[in-house]
Amino acid sequence: MHNETHESEHIHIDIDHDRCIGAGQCALAAPSVFTQDDDGFSALLPGREDGGGDPMVREAARACPVSAITVSDAGS
Amino acid sequence: MTDMTESHTVAFPQNRTCPYHPPTAYDPLRDTRPLARVRLYDGRLVWMVTGHTLARTLLADPRLSTDPNRPEFPATNARFAEIRRRKTALLGVDDPEHRVQRRMMIPSFTLKRAAELRPRIQQIVDERIDAMVAQGPPAELVSAFALPVPSMVICALLGVPYADHEFFEGQSRRLLRGPTAADSMDARARMESYFEELIDRKQKQAEVSDGVLGELVRERLRDGELDREELIAMAIILLVAGHETTANMISLGTYTLLQHPDSLAELRADPGLLPAAVDELMRMLSIADGLLRVAVEDIEVAGETIRAGDGVVFSTSVINRDEAVYADPDTLDWHRPARHHVAFGFGIHQCLGQNLARAEMEIALHTLFERLPTLRLAVPAEEIPFKPGDTIQGMLELPVTW
Repeated sequence: MHNETHESEHIHIDIDHDRCIGAGQCALAAPSVFTQDDDGFSALLPGREDGGGDPMVREAARACPVSAITVSDAGS
Repeated sequence: MTDMTESHTVAFPQNRTCPYHPPTAYDPLRDTRPLARVRLYDGRLVWMVTGHTLARTLLADPRLSTDPNRPEFPATNARFAEIRRRKTALLGVDDPEHRVQRRMMIPSFTLKRAAELRPRIQQIVDERIDAMVAQGPPAELVSAFALPVPSMVICALLGVPYADHEFFEGQSRRLLRGPTAADSMDARARMESYFEELIDRKQKQAEVSDGVLGELVRERLRDGELDREELIAMAIILLVAGHETTANMISLGTYTLLQHPDSLAELRADPGLLPAAVDELMRMLSIADGLLRVAVEDIEVAGETIRAGDGVVFSTSVINRDEAVYADPDTLDWHRPARHHVAFGFGIHQCLGQNLARAEMEIALHTLFERLPTLRLAVPAEEIPFKPGDTIQGMLELPVTW
């Protein structure tokens, strides 16, 4: 519904805004990729939609208490 | 688990033997992962989740409710069982109602808001230490530092006058610890009246710096998104959860650091370790040691069936020492990946204030040992009283000198 999907040749990050509870765990784990918007919801930083090669992206997804972040290899 | 007869079932909750370790009486539970049975004070048997992976799965499962008004909701003592009719915002409501409340609060508790509050937190911490230095040594750290710091911070954030702190700290204590059900209910009624008046005042005079409560009054109450009863319930939980929990982490965290001089020295030599140290202390101390739920549907899990109506408890101290996730789990180690502990909970009810709490713990613990490098216990460790097992864990007193 309100999903924000980003693809690159390497990974694909999907944030489910319906699930997000604004805990900020993604932005804490991978601050170079994730942030919180003015409403407190998870968002991707401009230019980092492909994860920027940050190995902490998967760690950020695992830290999410409501599994709102899905990281997959692009094309999968 | 199947060969465990009722007479051998571990009672829950029990008092800790050492304030920063799970009760030794829970040792059999640590050998029974991921799911065990425990006996509550009234003889009722409930499930206890002991495995870290299963805990994360079940804390995020909507078939487990946190609504204490459900008749089968487990109670950990007679006092809690007696206090049935209560409107607890956020933690006491399920989705979809919870979601509406949580979404109203998120903007006030983001990482950015917590970062903006850091200078104010630092100032509060500095002033408390100045006062301790002016009057001591010695000092009683709970009343001189651990309690007033988070109390002042949450007051500033919510827009509650700190001048009233003795009133609400006292009522919070009665709300959480009684000793009788009548005490807890009376404390709740007094806090409700207090917030009735405060909200009246905020409605009449919209000051710019009237905090999160003022914003809620102006932006949510006025246009009917939030009713008065809900706003008061929200104010109570934010105030109580906002100072009691962090106060316990500061007092018990200080005690734990003083009992681990090598870890303390390492942390003092490298403040870059602070964020990891706060997570490791959260994992090790697990002060909210007994998250309660009731199943609203049957759940097939770990080869068992949790039936609708069954009580489920999560002992965070046992879960956060799952050997499958944390090597040598009883050892304090700033270098381990402690991040995925469940000390702030997990799922939709994961602590709303965790970003603020992390900032407070980092600043309070760092500044305390930086300003008072010779800080030490003023009496033998084993003489210092700590809290009983049926409430948030922490020190009742912490006599220190320097």
